[in-house]
Amino acid sequence: MTLLELAGLEVAYGGIKAVKGIDLAVEKGELVCLIGANGAGKTTTLKAICGMVPTHGGAVRYQDRDITGTPSYRLVERGLAMVPEGRGIFRQLTVAENLAMGAFVRNDREAVRHDLEVIFELFPRLAERRSQPGGTLSGGEQQMLAIGRAMMSRPKLLLLDEPSMGLAPLLVQKIFETVRKISAEGVTILLIEQNARLALEIANRAYVMETGTITLSGPAAELLADPKVREAYLGEMA
Amino acid sequence: MDIFLQQIVNGVTLGSIYALVALGYTMVYGIIGLINFAHGEVVMIGALTAFSVITGLLGADTGLPVGLVVAIGLVAAIAVCSVLAFSIEKVAYRPLRRASRLAPLITAIGMSIVLQNVAMMIWGRNYLRFPELFGTERYVVGGASITSLQIAIVLLAAGVMALLLVMVHKTRLGTAMRATAQNPEVAGLMGININTAISVAFVVGAALAAVAGLMVMTYYEVAYYHMGFILGLKAFTAAVLGGIGNLAGAMLGGLLLGVIEALGAGYIGDLTFGVLGSHYQDVFAFFVLITVLIFRPSGLLGERVGDRA
Repeated sequence: MTLLELAGLEVAYGGIKAVKGIDLAVEKGELVCLIGANGAGKTTTLKAICGMVPTHGGAVRYQDRDITGTPSYRLVERGLAMVPEGRGIFRQLTVAENLAMGAFVRNDREAVRHDLEVIFELFPRLAERRSQPGGTLSGGEQQMLAIGRAMMSRPKLLLLDEPSMGLAPLLVQKIFETVRKISAEGVTILLIEQNARLALEIANRAYVMETGTITLSGPAAELLADPKVREAYLGEMA
Repeated sequence: MDIFLQQIVNGVTLGSIYALVALGYTMVYGIIGLINFAHGEVVMIGALTAFSVITGLLGADTGLPVGLVVAIGLVAAIAVCSVLAFSIEKVAYRPLRRASRLAPLITAIGMSIVLQNVAMMIWGRNYLRFPELFGTERYVVGGASITSLQIAIVLLAAGVMALLLVMVHKTRLGTAMRATAQNPEVAGLMGININTAISVAFVVGAALAAVAGLMVMTYYEVAYYHMGFILGLKAFTAAVLGGIGNLAGAMLGGLLLGVIEALGAGYIGDLTFGVLGSHYQDVFAFFVLITVLIFRPSGLLGERVGDRA
């Protein structure tokens, strides 16, 4: 079953097209990654899915419904959560408050409390720092908090924008392990990454984006072996 | 009688009213970065609404106890101010959310003029005398006299502010408002309707303004259509003094400003050898405003230096 589908999606900023009519699909349960260089239009694509930027053509379908242009605050209750670029931590709210905001749309208090414990088990550092302001956390901890916060809404589809950005290699490993774990629990994931190798290693399928268009797509393992991808995104000589 | 202690008492009373109004400025600034210059007029509308309801009920000889009449007047004022502030935001400020910062600022000044004129048409140009409702008890403490009205104002203000702090820091809605103030885009991703959060800030600020309006009218026993102007400017000063956008700052700034003003008015005659009298009281607030803007524009408790107009 297709959970998310982009059909000819176009986004423009002041007359300049950042996304030039792309098609992309994410099946239920999949971990799909969208890789590409800086400025290729990956983040814009994600923002368009979430209703954070206006679209100029094409459609976004989620659970067989057209959600093009639906404001982001209405998407969470339908199970669509996003970890934004740069993590978007509420810096003056405590770790616990940040996580509580992730569950803002939920009213099942008992289950929320349970999920909070699950997040704290997944990220023990967050439990240690639960009453500290989010802004005082390190970059890696903030990324864990951003992922934990998104998980607090019990998403069906999780959109991750560059979770490895600005993190030390060891932390990147840890974050990717977590992403794989979340995926294994049945959450569908669309992952945007510049770290193509790691992304392709954990993904089922992948899309390659260049200057606003999808240039390649297929099973992640195939792309990982593709000489063009190896040269352009994995830093290897062809 | 001890002038110093007496002026402290008067200053704290006035300061708690400033604090209530300053909170309205600071909440709106915190969430959308707008100095809502029409906020003083909301205080005025609250006072005049309470005036009409209270004097109307008393004149109609309903036999209701005075305390209940005042409570009804307060509830009416809160209701009117809340609806008013909600509408102002929706009609005047929301369409300008993406405009340059100057546009909503000028609109706020325009809204303030509109409200003054509407109030003038409804309540007339005259100073309306508000009757002394409660027999005022006087207590003498350490050479200063404190009236029961002053005690009631300070206690009510403290209670309302405590309630606000609980709402903002302990409830889900309050946390959502703080989240929206810090990062509206991400707040939207959490499922928070930003427009609702902004409306709540306006409505809560207006409710505080209504309480302040009733207080200031009862304290000075007078209400009039332009009473919100100077009061609003002083409360804005208090908010800047404490650090605009910061709730505790607004409370601290309000109290400090009240005390500075009262002490200034109490001693200006002596300090200038009788040249200037206590009617120069208003000068102190603006002296404070200018000093803060020059030496510490982020205010006492503010962190960021304001780069937003």
